[in-house]
Amino acid sequence: MNNQPPIRRQTLYNSRNLVVRFVDTVGGRALNWISGLGSAAMLVWETWSLAFRRPLQLKLLVHQLLLIGVNSVSVVLVAGLFTGMVLATQGYHQLKQISAEGTLGRFVSVSVVKELGPMVTAFVLAGRIGASITAELGTMKVTEQIEALEVMATNPVKYLVVPRFLACAIMLPILTLFAIVFGIVGGYLVAIVLFDMNGFFFLKLAQANLFISRIIISLVKASAFGMAIASIGCYKGFTISSADGAEGVGKSTTGSAVTSLITILALDAVLNHLLYTIWGLE
Amino acid sequence: MIWIENLWKDFENKEVLTGLELHIPRGETLVIMGRSGCGKSVLLKLITGLMKPDQGKIWIDGEDITTLSRKALDRTRRKLGMLFQSAALFDSMTVGENVGFMVSQHMKLSKREIDEIVAEKLHLVDLDNTQHLRPAELSGGMRKRVGLARAIACNPEVILYDEPTTGLDPITALEINQLIRDLHQKLQVTSVVVTHDMESAFLVGTRMAMIHQSKVIAHGTPDEIWQIDNPVLQQFISNKNHHQN
Repeated sequence: MNNQPPIRRQTLYNSRNLVVRFVDTVGGRALNWISGLGSAAMLVWETWSLAFRRPLQLKLLVHQLLLIGVNSVSVVLVAGLFTGMVLATQGYHQLKQISAEGTLGRFVSVSVVKELGPMVTAFVLAGRIGASITAELGTMKVTEQIEALEVMATNPVKYLVVPRFLACAIMLPILTLFAIVFGIVGGYLVAIVLFDMNGFFFLKLAQANLFISRIIISLVKASAFGMAIASIGCYKGFTISSADGAEGVGKSTTGSAVTSLITILALDAVLNHLLYTIWGLE
Repeated sequence: MIWIENLWKDFENKEVLTGLELHIPRGETLVIMGRSGCGKSVLLKLITGLMKPDQGKIWIDGEDITTLSRKALDRTRRKLGMLFQSAALFDSMTVGENVGFMVSQHMKLSKREIDEIVAEKLHLVDLDNTQHLRPAELSGGMRKRVGLARAIACNPEVILYDEPTTGLDPITALEINQLIRDLHQKLQVTSVVVTHDMESAFLVGTRMAMIHQSKVIAHGTPDEIWQIDNPVLQQFISNKNHHQN
């Protein structure tokens, strides 16, 4: 080893240093991620444990329900309508290749109920409501309003997180129903206007595949997405430090939307496997 | 009223408080002075239970708050009122809702009774008929006054002030100082004022303590503080001396 030229030893040292730095960075980030996940899980646990404890703060819950519902309904309706239209357009061309374009009604109805209804609604709310929850709570944190709540003997999780969590868990399924109806309407419009199909037959097939069990599973998924959006939104808002200021609020708001979208996709994959593969529900 | 015993707190190996000892008798207004970053605001957060000390005890009215459960801590917090540096008013509420917040949360009173308390507290801080205003419509001095009205809404036994005059013009700062003195006389409460504004410190304090290098280096009445022969303390209060001259 000692006989090696100095340049070789330097290269070895540099590459070893690079590996150490890489492991340090990756390890540090992994630890931060795991610690964040633990804190988020504790927030969800505290939220659940306080959700049905008195005082129930019904006034705050109603306020959040209206805020989330009224503010999101128009966007959800438009998103549902266009999703149904795109689905019908793509579905028609694919089904035509196997001469099954007549089953377009079934295709649109099953796809919208099982997947796209809850998914599109969750995506819309992750962008609108999740980000706005983070921005609101983050601003409250930076301006010491959350500390003021605590000093006034009011639990911030009970006062701020619980109403948002319950409102998202309740409103997501309701908005999903709107998205499903408008998704089928969008598909119907495309079928009769663009492809000159029999509208009655389209609706008959769509209705024949609207099983109550399917709708309930879809609404359960939507509710789980709602809880995820509210939890992430609140957690991201609560974890901003007072020193982060407006920049921190901006970063966390963007982070909240991105994390919510990825979580919704991951949660959808897990729930689909659990509900349809393991439990065999249909 | 408040006993602080061997209090230690550090952040990421930076020692902020090292074995701090302090006694605040009932009915006194203790001014805590010190340079920025010396741990004055951290001390207030420890007294209110917003932070846990690494070591030591804080007794408020006979209860060690460092060992209390969340529920018991909240019971003790109802004896406290705090004016935050930024006033920390709730943006989504009106002035009236801000002042009446703690009353509506913890006292079973009718809306009329809450409104009466709000009007009375706003009168005490010279802000009559401002219930309908939003915090965004208020000046810096008015925000502090509303914060003070909110802090006294539940008739606390202790009022904590975090830099009450920071960011205010000299005239408004003087008004806030006089308000703190008036409230102390009218309500007979124990007060803890954290400040580096010497004008304010000598105007409102009945006792003073200076924190330097994580410890209390001087403690006494304003007259006693003048007599203490400590170069750091004398340098710190010389600003006041300058004003007096």
